[in-house]
Amino acid sequence: MNPVVREALRRIGLATFVSAVLGFFALPLLWLAFTPFDANPGIAASLPDFTLHNFKILMDNPYALESMRNSVLLAAGTALLVVVCAALAAYALSRVRVPGRDALLYVLLLLSSIITGTAAMVPIFLLAFNLHLIDSRLGVVLVLTGGLLPAAIFLLKDFTDATPTSYEEAARVFGASPLQILRHVVVPVIRPGLATVGVWTVAQVWGDFLMPFLLLRNPDKAPASVIMYTFYTEGGQPDLPLISTFSLLYSLPVVVMYLFVSRRYGFRFHGGIKR
Amino acid sequence: MAPLTSPPSEAARRGGTAAASAGGDAAGLGRGRAAAFVAPALVLIAVFLVFPALWTLYLGTTDYRLTGIAASEPKFVGAHNYGDVLGDGDFHHSLWLTLQFVLGSAVIGQTLLGFAIAWVMRDRKGLVRRVVEALVLLAWILPGSVIAFLWIALLDRDGGTLNALLGTPGTAWLIDHPMACVIVFNVWHGTAFSMMLYGAALGNVPPSHLETARLAGASTLQTLRDAVLPRIRGHVLTSLLLISLWTFNDFTPFLITAGGPDHRSEIMSVYVYRTALGDGRLGFGAAISLVMILINLVIALVYLRALRERGRREPREAVTA
Repeated sequence: MNPVVREALRRIGLATFVSAVLGFFALPLLWLAFTPFDANPGIAASLPDFTLHNFKILMDNPYALESMRNSVLLAAGTALLVVVCAALAAYALSRVRVPGRDALLYVLLLLSSIITGTAAMVPIFLLAFNLHLIDSRLGVVLVLTGGLLPAAIFLLKDFTDATPTSYEEAARVFGASPLQILRHVVVPVIRPGLATVGVWTVAQVWGDFLMPFLLLRNPDKAPASVIMYTFYTEGGQPDLPLISTFSLLYSLPVVVMYLFVSRRYGFRFHGGIKR
Repeated sequence: MAPLTSPPSEAARRGGTAAASAGGDAAGLGRGRAAAFVAPALVLIAVFLVFPALWTLYLGTTDYRLTGIAASEPKFVGAHNYGDVLGDGDFHHSLWLTLQFVLGSAVIGQTLLGFAIAWVMRDRKGLVRRVVEALVLLAWILPGSVIAFLWIALLDRDGGTLNALLGTPGTAWLIDHPMACVIVFNVWHGTAFSMMLYGAALGNVPPSHLETARLAGASTLQTLRDAVLPRIRGHVLTSLLLISLWTFNDFTPFLITAGGPDHRSEIMSVYVYRTALGDGRLGFGAAISLVMILINLVIALVYLRALRERGRREPREAVTA
């Protein structure tokens, strides 16, 4: 074949492929981008007849904002518990030589990736039931924390291993107690690691549907992921102005967190231990 | 727990003995306090992660139900549930659908599309690449409930964007082809990981190899087979296992089809939810849970083995999984 023709064909093929990829990935997202601002929101994506009225409908819905608050509570509670427990454990495991600690971490990481919320939903549900943690936010937080901790400890231990011990030694020479050293020397040094793990936890919990769906009964406690599902499954016609604005508002924090983490630390979400 | 401000002499003494026995204990933590630091995390992991998995073994041997007599006093039924699960027609059907789901969407769909995007974008810069990457990533990071509705809207029978675009009004995609919809959806949702992974892996292929292949007049397929594949083989195997594990445990299809219509998209994760919490057969559901955990374990062990072998072959890259 003539090389010029071949090169032209190659370019056409490439352009077709790139357009197809763009179309495939953009098509479902168009609805999310346009409909919240459309005066006549429909099920098909179309260029909007611009209005902000739909957001007023969102603000007037009693469950919408309440569910965002619940999502914040679950995400913040889990992140706090995960960061504190993981930081303490990671620091101790990094600095004090415990026999078999690498094997322990390895096994925990393995367990957290095979005992997923999906695979273990029956025993988790029964455990929560027997501990009277059904319909309790604390129950959701505890279950999610148990699943996220191994990866969090692993990440933070890596971080702590990489920081030199000289600051801690210097502080000790000046008579600081171990807990003082931890609070005033170690925490500031590993703060980027703590922030990364915190944001990672928030992102995991924010999007999680299964655990709150399984463990919470009262719609007043349901987070955004579960309320969103009831918006389009309960009742005949989906309430499009509400669903569209709610989706947009609920998605924004995830995008912001992603941009923040990838800008700041050049770290991309390890889809890793998703539950 | 020791008081926050213990006198320096005491701290030094404790630290001294601890440092002697355990090198690197710079803050003078000592074994006792180290154990206290690790304990909260270990307790939470033990109660809410490890215990449920072990408990499944027992639950699967009972006739536990959500309501009725068997809810308050479950009886021991031995291996009965396990026999029932393995002989259940719905279970076989679900296993077959799960295989289609994992092979179709993750192993073939996400991997091929992710690699193709990474390959085409490898030496591009600028707007097109940024837009493609942003869209693929958005599909990955947006909450499951949101993207599920986006696909319901896209595939809607009466006013869906797809029908409007194809000029096929009234085609009920989710009812006529539920499994295909869920598979295409998951390709859309999960391609980002493969794209990023192969993007990074292709960065490790020396440009001189590609240049040599080009000068030798090799076609794209030949270049991929002879110059690229040998370099990224380790990544391919490990990423295949990883996305298989995630896809197998994905619950998002429930949000789109809820397993229906008529169980035709009832993959394993939806099947276990329906039997245990929908039908209330918790003992039976626990037996399915155990089967799923065992499948996860097999995939994870093969993954670790592949990772170790890769580490042996290319020690420097072993860490960047």
